[in-house]
Amino acid sequence: MGEKGTWVVKKGLAEMLKGGVIMDVTTPEQAKIAEEAGACAVMALERVPADIRAAGGVARMADPNVILRIMDAVTIPVMAKVRIGHFVEAQILEALGVDYIDESEVLTPADELFHIDKHAFKVPFVCGARNLGEALRRIGEGAAMIRTKGEPGTGNVVEAVRHMRQVMGEIRRIQNMPREELMTAAKEMGAPYDLVLYVHEHGRLPVVNFAAGGIATPADAALMMQLGADGIFVGSGIFKSKDPVGRAKAIVAATTYYDDPKVLAEVSKGLGEAMPGIDIKTISQTERMSERGW
Amino acid sequence: MKIGVIAMQGAFREHEQTLARLGVETLRIRRPEQLSQIDGIIIPGGESTTIGKLLGDFNLMEPLRERILSGLPVFGTCAGMILLAKEIENSNQPRIGTMDIKVARNAFGRQVDSFEVDLEIPEVGQEPVRAVFIRAPYILEVKPSVQVLAKVDDKIVMARQDNMLVSAFHPELTDDLRIHRYFIEKVCKGL
Repeated sequence: MGEKGTWVVKKGLAEMLKGGVIMDVTTPEQAKIAEEAGACAVMALERVPADIRAAGGVARMADPNVILRIMDAVTIPVMAKVRIGHFVEAQILEALGVDYIDESEVLTPADELFHIDKHAFKVPFVCGARNLGEALRRIGEGAAMIRTKGEPGTGNVVEAVRHMRQVMGEIRRIQNMPREELMTAAKEMGAPYDLVLYVHEHGRLPVVNFAAGGIATPADAALMMQLGADGIFVGSGIFKSKDPVGRAKAIVAATTYYDDPKVLAEVSKGLGEAMPGIDIKTISQTERMSERGW
Repeated sequence: MKIGVIAMQGAFREHEQTLARLGVETLRIRRPEQLSQIDGIIIPGGESTTIGKLLGDFNLMEPLRERILSGLPVFGTCAGMILLAKEIENSNQPRIGTMDIKVARNAFGRQVDSFEVDLEIPEVGQEPVRAVFIRAPYILEVKPSVQVLAKVDDKIVMARQDNMLVSAFHPELTDDLRIHRYFIEKVCKGL
């Protein structure tokens, strides 16, 4: 019936997720908590990023059984992560019927030179980016949604802020550039020229751009929205806190009412302890997830 | 004329942009007192459970239901259609529930089954409308008071009941302005 897997259809689901919160879950029970709290989608994975850091070793795609049980547990879209470049993990997730694939630096990369050719799939992909050049390379490869990389599993929003400011600042710079300077800008950023031209003409990315990596409080979520995010991913921030249900609901409300400090004050009250968190300066360069991908 | 767009979650910006191209003023609706400032309202695509929940938590559900029952023109796309339905198959999720239709959610399948297709909608014009269906619902049953406007393979995907218009697809994701124009001229102005 009709045409499936078109660019309009892939990009369209991300448009529908805007203004919402996508939560990492590892069990069907957590998925139900997320749905009841108002999540617009869930991300199925084996361990939340904080536990991936703690456990060490190689982090891979989750067990298909777990993903299928999560898909059965909720009616909202279900996303799942694959290792960078691991197109067979992606083929498996597409066959399972997941709604979105995250080619994610949170998992151990399977290819250190090449990302997945996302045009080859009917299922849409979201990818991480630290700057505009990286975002446009991922879109060039077929990503229908972008998120900041941030520094996952730390409860520290500083890298997500850096990446969002970087992308938004570069968009403004490209928009205001004379047209004859765009090819040099494209060369310097390592970005496809036609997409640089799109940013120049529209003043925005051609796809939705969410914030991710280190968001732990309603204030963090609202901060990212005020910096220009289209929506929020939260991982460890919810299920590593003292009161996951209360915190999940508060982050959903804060993402909708991000520009209303009175609502933000109200929903921030009495949430109990946030996740403990890690100072990013104490993480060695080689263990930083935001350094993965190219 | 000013049209409100429910802005709890979802693709409300696309509806604003479409209305702007028709020269219609818009207002993002996030609080109950704003409902007295508008001549019509759009409930956008997004996640119906999320939007329904936030409408309830922030005291918009009841006032919105009352305004629609007293004649406020409303257009619900996808999630908006689910929220307007009196009955949702296998679900007791919070809803506005003012329209005499029964809907099935995610009725065409998951995202890999999402599709676009040319749709005949005689009410809005001779040329078919390019309709984008994303994890779309469809209407299983209608009461006689409901006018069916479009079908895909015998499944009802657009309908109207007095001041209420619904579509299972997303006219805000294409450049075709005819469905929004129909809402403004026929439903809001009654021309």
